[in-house]
Amino acid sequence: MATIAKTTMEPAAGDALDRAIAQRIDELFERRLEAKLAEIRASKTPSMTIIATKGTLDWAYPPFILASTGAALGWDVSIFFTFYGLELLKKDLRKLKVSPLGNPAMPMKMPMGPQWFKSIQWNIPNAVQSLIPAYEHFATKMMKKTIKNTGVAPIAELRSLCIDAGVSLIACQMTVDLFGYKHDQFIPEVKEYCGAATFLPMARDADVSLFI
Amino acid sequence: MQFDKELDARGLSCPLPILKTKKALNELTSGQVLKVVSTDPGSVKDMEAFANQTGNPLLSAAEENKDYVFFLKKK
Repeated sequence: MATIAKTTMEPAAGDALDRAIAQRIDELFERRLEAKLAEIRASKTPSMTIIATKGTLDWAYPPFILASTGAALGWDVSIFFTFYGLELLKKDLRKLKVSPLGNPAMPMKMPMGPQWFKSIQWNIPNAVQSLIPAYEHFATKMMKKTIKNTGVAPIAELRSLCIDAGVSLIACQMTVDLFGYKHDQFIPEVKEYCGAATFLPMARDADVSLFI
Repeated sequence: MQFDKELDARGLSCPLPILKTKKALNELTSGQVLKVVSTDPGSVKDMEAFANQTGNPLLSAAEENKDYVFFLKKK
């Protein structure tokens, strides 16, 4: 009777011990894992990859603002310029334009004159906008004046700040071929001309990846 | 507050105050203090985030006659 009791007791005690050990290991493992992950997070330099696809004066801002700020925060930043985004790598950025045509969200206000005049919202119908000669040229001039008045940096300055801060500027070779551009039309700071297969692995490892 | 360098970022908009702060900090040595004066209301939150992200402590942030005054210590 005693031996039977002994043999039935032992496995039960063994199971309890196993469970206690397993539970303890899980607890320790979780704590160690969290500490290790925090250590990895703290030692890793954050990184960001941006795809810049737009080539107008207004859309030139988001990639350069985010890239220069990311670099100021100590992040590794790369911008991949494709399609119309390639305009942002041209030597002369003064050709960038903004078009209010077909852009109902764009406020149309005069950057000069008395306050009452400046606050007028000029609602000009698309059909009329499209008929006014040099309308885009005029709108671009007004936008540049507003940019200057409000202390927003010119695009050329933001781009130089990005270059100074070590942001990698990468150009899409396919679009260069598609639009018939030559490499000497672009600034020499373009780090490389490549394709999607180069960009995607970079984006995969990045903490932040944006399409603009 | 004592400071070693002053940066006048008045009249500048996002992200210039932060970019210029970063540049100014690069010229300081560890423990030195940078004073930044800005007029951009967005810089209040941004300077705090910049300090947290880069590990350069923000010693104080205050508003003085429409200017925002920050003191950052170089880590």
